[in-house]
Amino acid sequence: MHYCAEVTIELKSGMLDPEGMTIKRALGHLGYQTTNVSTAKKYLIEVDEESRDIAEQKVDEMCQKLIANPIIHNYTIELRETQ
Amino acid sequence: MTIAIIQFGGSNCDLDVLHVLQEVLNVDAELVWYKDNNLDHYDGAIIPGGFSYGDYLRSGAIASRTPIMDSIKRMADSEKPIMGICNGFQILTESGLLDGALTTNEYPKFKCEWSYLRVETTDTPFTSRFNKGDVIRVPIAHKDGNFYSDEPTLTKLDDNQQVVFRYVDKNGQITDEANPNGSHENIAGIVNEKKNVMGLMPHPERASESILGTTDGLRMFQSMIDHISK
Repeated sequence: MHYCAEVTIELKSGMLDPEGMTIKRALGHLGYQTTNVSTAKKYLIEVDEESRDIAEQKVDEMCQKLIANPIIHNYTIELRETQ
Repeated sequence: MTIAIIQFGGSNCDLDVLHVLQEVLNVDAELVWYKDNNLDHYDGAIIPGGFSYGDYLRSGAIASRTPIMDSIKRMADSEKPIMGICNGFQILTESGLLDGALTTNEYPKFKCEWSYLRVETTDTPFTSRFNKGDVIRVPIAHKDGNFYSDEPTLTKLDDNQQVVFRYVDKNGQITDEANPNGSHENIAGIVNEKKNVMGLMPHPERASESILGTTDGLRMFQSMIDHISK
Protein backbone atom coordinates (compact mmCIF):
# COMPACT_ATOMS: atom_id res chain seq x y z
CA MET A 1 0.00 0.00 0.00
CA HIS A 2 1.08 3.56 -0.63
CA TYR A 3 0.97 5.96 2.27
CA CYS A 4 1.70 9.65 2.70
CA ALA A 5 2.79 10.75 6.15
CA GLU A 6 2.40 14.38 7.11
CA VAL A 7 5.04 15.00 9.77
CA THR A 8 4.82 18.22 11.78
CA ILE A 9 7.81 19.31 13.84
CA GLU A 10 7.28 21.91 16.56
CA LEU A 11 9.52 23.42 19.20
CA LYS A 12 8.81 22.13 22.70
CA SER A 13 6.74 24.47 24.83
CA GLY A 14 8.74 27.13 26.61
CA MET A 15 11.45 27.17 23.95
CA LEU A 16 12.35 30.45 22.37
CA ASP A 17 10.90 30.85 18.85
CA PRO A 18 12.62 33.95 17.42
CA GLU A 19 11.04 33.53 13.98
CA GLY A 20 7.56 33.31 15.48
CA MET A 21 8.23 36.39 17.64
CA THR A 22 9.43 38.33 14.59
CA ILE A 23 6.32 37.40 12.62
CA LYS A 24 4.16 38.38 15.60
CA ARG A 25 5.79 41.82 15.64
CA ALA A 26 5.34 42.22 11.87
CA LEU A 27 1.66 41.31 12.17
CA GLY A 28 1.42 44.00 14.84
CA HIS A 29 2.85 46.53 12.34
CA LEU A 30 -0.01 45.57 10.02
CA GLY A 31 -2.55 46.19 12.76
CA TYR A 32 -3.15 42.55 13.71
CA GLN A 33 -2.82 41.89 17.42
CA THR A 34 -1.97 38.25 18.17
CA THR A 35 -1.39 36.53 21.48
CA ASN A 36 1.26 34.22 20.05
CA VAL A 37 2.81 33.07 16.77
CA SER A 38 4.87 29.90 16.66
CA THR A 39 6.58 28.23 13.73
CA ALA A 40 6.46 24.59 12.73
CA LYS A 41 7.91 22.59 9.87
CA LYS A 42 5.97 20.09 7.83
CA TYR A 43 7.42 17.18 5.86
CA LEU A 44 5.46 14.96 3.50
CA ILE A 45 7.00 11.49 3.42
CA GLU A 46 5.65 8.87 1.04
CA VAL A 47 6.27 5.16 1.61
CA ASP A 48 5.16 1.81 0.23
CA GLU A 49 4.51 -0.61 3.10
CA GLU A 50 2.45 -3.73 3.73
CA SER A 51 0.21 -2.17 6.33
CA ARG A 52 -0.71 1.07 8.02
CA ASP A 53 0.92 -0.07 11.29
CA ILE A 54 4.25 -0.77 9.61
CA ALA A 55 4.15 2.54 7.72
CA GLU A 56 3.43 4.43 10.93
CA GLN A 57 6.21 2.60 12.79
CA LYS A 58 8.76 3.32 10.02
CA VAL A 59 7.91 7.02 9.87
CA ASP A 60 8.08 7.25 13.66
CA GLU A 61 11.59 5.75 13.52
CA MET A 62 12.56 8.30 10.87
CA CYS A 63 11.37 11.10 13.15
CA GLN A 64 13.34 9.76 16.10
CA LYS A 65 16.54 9.14 14.12
CA LEU A 66 16.65 12.21 11.89
CA ILE A 67 13.62 14.41 11.22
CA ALA A 68 13.19 15.69 14.80
CA ASN A 69 15.71 16.51 17.50
CA PRO A 70 14.18 15.10 20.71
CA ILE A 71 16.02 17.68 22.83
CA ILE A 72 14.09 20.59 21.32
CA HIS A 73 11.20 19.18 19.27
CA ASN A 74 7.80 17.50 19.56
CA TYR A 75 6.40 15.85 16.46
CA THR A 76 3.12 14.50 15.19
CA ILE A 77 2.46 12.09 12.33
CA GLU A 78 -0.70 11.98 10.27
CA LEU A 79 -0.81 9.09 7.89
CA ARG A 80 -3.16 8.68 4.96
CA GLU A 81 -3.47 6.03 2.32
CA THR A 82 -2.90 7.36 -1.18
CA GLN A 83 -3.00 5.99 -4.70
CA MET B 1 51.22 12.90 14.66
CA THR B 2 48.48 13.53 12.12
CA ILE B 3 45.23 15.35 12.71
CA ALA B 4 42.20 14.73 10.49
CA ILE B 5 40.13 17.70 9.31
CA ILE B 6 36.71 16.40 8.32
CA GLN B 7 35.14 17.79 5.15
CA PHE B 8 31.44 17.64 4.32
CA GLY B 9 29.67 19.17 1.36
CA GLY B 10 29.37 22.79 2.49
CA SER B 11 32.27 22.88 4.99
CA ASN B 12 34.04 26.18 4.43
CA CYS B 13 36.53 26.68 7.26
CA ASP B 14 38.41 23.46 6.48
CA LEU B 15 41.29 25.17 4.65
CA ASP B 16 41.65 27.79 7.39
CA VAL B 17 42.11 25.06 10.00
CA LEU B 18 44.52 23.22 7.69
CA HIS B 19 46.52 26.44 7.26
CA VAL B 20 46.79 26.99 11.02
CA LEU B 21 47.91 23.41 11.70
CA GLN B 22 50.32 23.08 8.79
CA GLU B 23 51.68 26.58 8.26
CA VAL B 24 51.43 28.20 11.68
CA LEU B 25 52.06 25.18 13.91
CA ASN B 26 53.99 22.92 11.53
CA VAL B 27 51.85 19.90 12.37
CA ASP B 28 50.78 17.16 9.97
CA ALA B 29 47.11 17.48 9.09
CA GLU B 30 45.00 16.00 6.34
CA LEU B 31 41.61 16.82 4.86
CA VAL B 32 39.34 13.78 5.07
CA TRP B 33 36.19 13.56 2.94
CA TYR B 34 33.05 12.42 4.79
CA LYS B 35 32.77 9.20 2.78
CA ASP B 36 35.98 7.82 4.31
CA ASN B 37 35.06 5.62 7.20
CA ASN B 38 38.32 4.80 8.88
CA LEU B 39 40.04 7.37 11.04
CA ASP B 40 41.98 4.84 13.13
CA HIS B 41 45.40 6.07 11.97
CA TYR B 42 44.73 9.69 12.99
CA ASP B 43 45.61 11.05 16.42
CA GLY B 44 42.77 13.52 16.65
CA ALA B 45 40.16 15.27 14.53
CA ILE B 46 38.76 18.72 13.92
CA ILE B 47 35.29 19.22 12.47
CA PRO B 48 35.46 22.69 10.92
CA GLY B 49 32.79 25.32 10.43
CA GLY B 50 30.64 25.98 7.41
CA PHE B 51 27.17 25.15 6.21
CA SER B 52 27.22 21.39 5.72
CA TYR B 53 24.35 20.32 3.46
CA GLY B 54 23.10 23.90 3.32
CA ASP B 55 21.90 23.66 6.94
CA TYR B 56 18.98 21.62 5.53
CA LEU B 57 16.67 20.10 8.15
CA ARG B 58 18.71 21.59 11.03
CA SER B 59 22.27 22.87 11.19
CA GLY B 60 24.54 19.83 11.40
CA ALA B 61 21.71 17.28 11.27
CA ILE B 62 22.55 15.68 7.92
CA ALA B 63 26.33 15.65 8.46
CA SER B 64 25.87 14.00 11.86
CA ARG B 65 24.26 10.98 10.17
CA THR B 66 27.01 10.38 7.57
CA PRO B 67 29.29 7.30 7.68
CA ILE B 68 32.36 9.18 8.92
CA MET B 69 30.56 10.00 12.16
CA ASP B 70 30.74 6.32 13.15
CA SER B 71 34.53 6.66 12.93
CA ILE B 72 34.38 9.91 14.89
CA LYS B 73 32.41 8.08 17.60
CA ARG B 74 35.03 5.31 17.67
CA MET B 75 37.73 7.96 17.95
CA ALA B 76 35.83 9.58 20.83
CA ASP B 77 35.54 6.20 22.57
CA SER B 78 39.31 5.72 22.24
CA GLU B 79 39.75 9.06 24.05
CA LYS B 80 41.50 10.86 21.20
CA PRO B 81 40.79 14.61 21.11
CA ILE B 82 38.08 15.90 18.78
CA MET B 83 37.26 19.58 18.34
CA GLY B 84 34.11 20.82 16.58
CA ILE B 85 34.07 24.48 15.58
CA CYS B 86 30.78 26.29 14.83
CA ASN B 87 29.02 23.95 12.37
CA GLY B 88 31.32 21.27 13.84
CA PHE B 89 29.80 21.98 17.29
CA GLN B 90 26.31 21.68 15.78
CA ILE B 91 27.30 18.36 14.18
CA LEU B 92 28.64 17.04 17.52
CA THR B 93 25.43 17.90 19.41
CA GLU B 94 23.28 16.46 16.62
CA SER B 95 25.30 13.23 16.75
CA GLY B 96 24.82 12.94 20.50
CA LEU B 97 28.55 13.20 21.26
CA LEU B 98 27.88 16.46 23.09
CA ASP B 99 24.90 17.52 25.19
CA GLY B 100 22.33 20.12 24.23
CA ALA B 101 21.37 21.70 20.94
CA LEU B 102 22.27 24.85 19.01
CA THR B 103 19.12 26.75 18.10
CA THR B 104 18.42 30.01 16.28
CA ASN B 105 20.01 33.12 17.77
CA GLU B 106 17.71 35.03 20.12
CA TYR B 107 17.83 37.95 17.69
CA PRO B 108 17.39 35.86 14.56
CA LYS B 109 20.11 37.07 12.26
CA PHE B 110 23.56 35.93 11.21
CA LYS B 111 26.13 37.48 13.54
CA CYS B 112 29.75 37.94 12.50
CA GLU B 113 31.69 39.82 15.17
CA TRP B 114 34.37 39.56 17.84
CA SER B 115 33.41 38.01 21.13
CA TYR B 116 35.12 37.82 24.49
CA LEU B 117 35.28 34.39 26.09
CA ARG B 118 36.21 33.40 29.61
CA VAL B 119 38.13 30.17 30.06
CA GLU B 120 36.12 28.18 32.62
CA THR B 121 38.38 25.15 32.92
CA THR B 122 41.93 24.27 31.93
CA ASP B 123 41.37 20.60 32.65
CA THR B 124 40.69 19.63 29.02
CA PRO B 125 42.95 18.67 26.10
CA PHE B 126 42.00 21.99 24.45
CA THR B 127 42.62 24.52 27.19
CA SER B 128 45.77 23.42 29.03
CA ARG B 129 47.67 26.41 27.62
CA PHE B 130 45.29 28.86 29.30
CA ASN B 131 44.80 29.93 32.89
CA LYS B 132 41.38 29.55 34.44
CA GLY B 133 39.54 32.85 34.17
CA ASP B 134 41.55 34.12 31.19
CA VAL B 135 39.51 36.44 28.97
CA ILE B 136 40.27 35.85 25.31
CA ARG B 137 39.05 37.40 22.06
CA VAL B 138 37.75 35.07 19.34
CA PRO B 139 35.27 35.89 16.56
CA ILE B 140 31.87 34.28 16.03
CA ALA B 141 30.01 33.84 12.72
CA HIS B 142 26.67 32.04 12.99
CA LYS B 143 22.89 32.21 13.02
CA ASP B 144 22.23 29.01 14.96
CA GLY B 145 24.49 29.36 17.99
CA ASN B 146 21.99 29.66 20.81
CA PHE B 147 23.02 26.86 23.17
CA TYR B 148 20.03 25.13 24.71
CA SER B 149 19.73 22.25 27.13
CA ASP B 150 17.25 21.28 29.82
CA GLU B 151 17.95 22.22 33.44
CA PRO B 152 19.20 18.80 34.64
CA THR B 153 21.73 18.74 31.79
CA LEU B 154 22.86 22.30 32.54
CA THR B 155 23.39 21.34 36.18
CA LYS B 156 25.36 18.27 35.11
CA LEU B 157 27.53 20.38 32.77
CA ASP B 158 28.26 22.80 35.60
CA ASP B 159 28.88 20.12 38.22
CA ASN B 160 31.28 18.17 35.98
CA GLN B 161 33.07 21.32 34.81
CA GLN B 162 32.09 20.57 31.23
CA VAL B 163 31.49 24.22 30.35
CA VAL B 164 34.76 25.34 28.74
CA PHE B 165 33.99 28.87 27.52
CA ARG B 166 31.35 31.49 28.33
CA TYR B 167 30.62 34.75 26.53
CA VAL B 168 31.67 37.64 28.78
CA ASP B 169 32.40 41.35 28.54
CA LYS B 170 35.99 42.50 28.23
CA ASN B 171 36.33 42.52 32.03
CA GLY B 172 35.32 38.87 32.24
CA GLN B 173 31.82 39.51 33.59
CA ILE B 174 28.90 37.36 32.44
CA THR B 175 26.28 39.82 31.18
CA ASP B 176 23.28 39.68 28.87
CA GLU B 177 24.92 42.28 26.62
CA ALA B 178 27.98 40.06 26.18
CA ASN B 179 25.79 37.13 25.11
CA PRO B 180 25.59 37.37 21.30
CA ASN B 181 22.95 34.71 20.69
CA GLY B 182 20.90 34.04 23.82
CA SER B 183 22.83 30.91 24.86
CA HIS B 184 21.79 29.46 28.22
CA GLU B 185 24.19 30.66 30.92
CA ASN B 186 26.28 32.40 28.20
CA ILE B 187 27.71 29.04 27.15
CA ALA B 188 30.05 29.25 24.15
CA GLY B 189 31.75 25.86 24.36
CA ILE B 190 31.45 22.55 26.21
CA VAL B 191 33.16 19.16 26.45
CA ASN B 192 31.78 15.64 26.90
CA GLU B 193 32.09 13.83 30.23
CA LYS B 194 35.47 12.33 29.29
CA LYS B 195 36.55 15.82 28.18
CA ASN B 196 38.13 14.61 24.92
CA VAL B 197 35.37 16.02 22.69
CA MET B 198 34.90 19.79 22.62
CA GLY B 199 32.46 21.91 20.65
CA LEU B 200 32.49 25.70 20.50
CA MET B 201 30.69 28.28 18.38
CA PRO B 202 33.57 30.85 18.12
CA HIS B 203 36.26 30.32 15.50
CA PRO B 204 39.75 29.85 17.02
CA GLU B 205 41.26 29.38 13.53
CA ARG B 206 40.34 33.00 12.79
CA ALA B 207 42.26 34.16 15.86
CA SER B 208 45.51 32.27 15.39
CA GLU B 209 47.88 34.80 13.79
CA SER B 210 48.86 38.27 14.96
CA ILE B 211 48.03 39.68 11.52
CA LEU B 212 44.40 38.75 12.30
CA GLY B 213 44.48 40.75 15.53
CA THR B 214 45.06 38.01 18.10
CA THR B 215 46.57 34.59 18.63
CA ASP B 216 44.21 33.68 21.48
CA GLY B 217 42.65 30.91 19.38
CA LEU B 218 46.01 29.35 18.58
CA ARG B 219 46.41 28.17 22.17
CA MET B 220 43.45 25.78 21.74
CA PHE B 221 45.22 24.02 18.87
CA GLN B 222 48.53 24.09 20.77
CA SER B 223 46.84 22.55 23.82
CA MET B 224 45.39 19.81 21.62
CA ILE B 225 48.82 19.09 20.12
CA ASP B 226 50.45 19.06 23.59
CA HIS B 227 47.85 16.52 24.67
CA ILE B 228 48.51 14.25 21.68
CA SER B 229 52.30 14.53 22.13
CA LYS B 230 52.15 13.40 25.77
